[in-house]
Amino acid sequence: MSMTITEKILAASAGKTKVEPGDIIDAKIDCIMCHDVTTPAAISMLREKGIDKVFDKEKIVVTPDHFQPAKDIKSAELHKRLDTWAREKGIKHYYKIGAAGVCHALLPEQGHIRPGEVIIGGDSHTCTYGAFAAFSTGIGSTDLAAAIATGTLWFRVPASIKFVLNGKLSKGVYSKDVILAVIAKIGTDGALYKAMEFVGPTLKEMTMEARMTITNMAIEAGAKNGIIGFDEITKKYLDGRVKGKKEYTVYESDKDAKYEQTVKIDCSKLEPIVALPSLPSGGKPIGDCAGMKMDQSYIGSCTNGRIEDLRIAAAIMKGKKVAIRTIIVPATPQIWKQAMDEGLFDIFYAAGCVISAPTCGACLGGFMGILAAGEKCVSTTNRNFVGRMGSPKSEVYLASPATAAASAIEGKLADCRKYM
Amino acid sequence: MAKAHTYKRDHINTDEIIPARYLNTDNMAELATHCMEDLDTEFVKKCKTGDCIVAGDDFGCGSSREHAVWALQGAKVGAVIAKSFARIFYRNCINCGFYPIELDGATEKINTGDEIEIDYKKGVINNKTQKKEIKFKPLPDFAIEIVNDGGLLEHIKKSR
Repeated sequence: MSMTITEKILAASAGKTKVEPGDIIDAKIDCIMCHDVTTPAAISMLREKGIDKVFDKEKIVVTPDHFQPAKDIKSAELHKRLDTWAREKGIKHYYKIGAAGVCHALLPEQGHIRPGEVIIGGDSHTCTYGAFAAFSTGIGSTDLAAAIATGTLWFRVPASIKFVLNGKLSKGVYSKDVILAVIAKIGTDGALYKAMEFVGPTLKEMTMEARMTITNMAIEAGAKNGIIGFDEITKKYLDGRVKGKKEYTVYESDKDAKYEQTVKIDCSKLEPIVALPSLPSGGKPIGDCAGMKMDQSYIGSCTNGRIEDLRIAAAIMKGKKVAIRTIIVPATPQIWKQAMDEGLFDIFYAAGCVISAPTCGACLGGFMGILAAGEKCVSTTNRNFVGRMGSPKSEVYLASPATAAASAIEGKLADCRKYM
Repeated sequence: MAKAHTYKRDHINTDEIIPARYLNTDNMAELATHCMEDLDTEFVKKCKTGDCIVAGDDFGCGSSREHAVWALQGAKVGAVIAKSFARIFYRNCINCGFYPIELDGATEKINTGDEIEIDYKKGVINNKTQKKEIKFKPLPDFAIEIVNDGGLLEHIKKSR
């Protein structure tokens, strides 16, 4: 019987030889991601119910990120609860401040993601890890509590939609533009409850960093998970990086696996895209929106705060000055160090940007770059909902690091290709 | 008697239900004071115990924050009736012992101010104002069990 990669991983996790979309299974969890917003509540719930047990202290990865370093007293209390618990339970992989980073950049970087595994996290963008041929999905605090205690969780096996990415990306067009184009095409509920499986030659020219930008935003189309098959690029990223158990299982979709739908995208025809407020599906080619005045440019987050993103932004800003507030947020301490060593900070500094510590920060309207009423921000993040980065009367325009950098220089939405 | 608050909108997201600026707490009573704030600043004042929110497609899309459900529960919302729900929000509702009701054409069938009564097990909404009985597909039995036990953790505790 033929299966997709998602079905194969879920079947194996439930000890079954075959599953079909719609089946309810009990999956064994291989890795749990815990951060400062949703985990403290899970911990309290477990305490309250008297089921204060951790299923495996080596399979839980903890990093504060949303409000770290603590932005106020209340978030400091959240961090304290997380810290006390992580120490008390002897969580092996606990990234304290200094080592902490934006979870979805940190876990792959630190080698916690293995192909073929089932990974969950108390964060909707946990779907990022699907770039490594793993099944990964976001859950709320109660599911998190249940998984922390039992190491299992029920899932309904999702039907899969196949996205075939064809064609070479032209200069100035990146994986961010690809995923914004996909979401613009199918809508924010276009893949509701489904697996989004990405295949095709365009992926072969993308680094793991670029691929993670694509799977990161699967949730913005309503998907349960996003997934990309294993290849040499995946292997190269993982070699020497994987922590703990070195072996992993590589699953591939069968040639005759069933898909609910196949969507083909000719990536060679794509232009830089900006998702206009207030849904990630608001993508328009830069030609349709260039010139719109901005107040801030934000380059960071689990979508586009990796070293490659910072290099792209720096290449555009080199020798230029920014016209608006521009905030650079390296997603992890390692990326921060690397950017500094490569001289990117010098470029950002000279251009007039501010560089932040690794944090989710303003992406979700936390801190480090909140918008006032009436302000507009071009941002490399993943959501442009009403009030997402501050005042409900502010606006967020989602774009690639290149577009955000070019727009920072001009103070308005700008075509990054002019600077290449 | 429970009243309906109808929002003829699709994609009402978790940032509207509970803005992230309030996520520095997980205290239900505190979250409740900001429930639906970025969509309707008057909501908390208008909502009486047991009232229901009625909306279009993809209710609860966005973040995995269970705080969205807690804010609704804290504001004493009885249930959300929507054309469809985002996946994580739907699951969070059940896990918290809160009813998500999927109803085709919800915003056409129930208006703001309508008095309604819901039979969750049978899958019937009695719209007393319009004197109409509206059928919906009830939650699967295992989900109703979780909701009735008061959420997933109570359910796990009971079934051990």
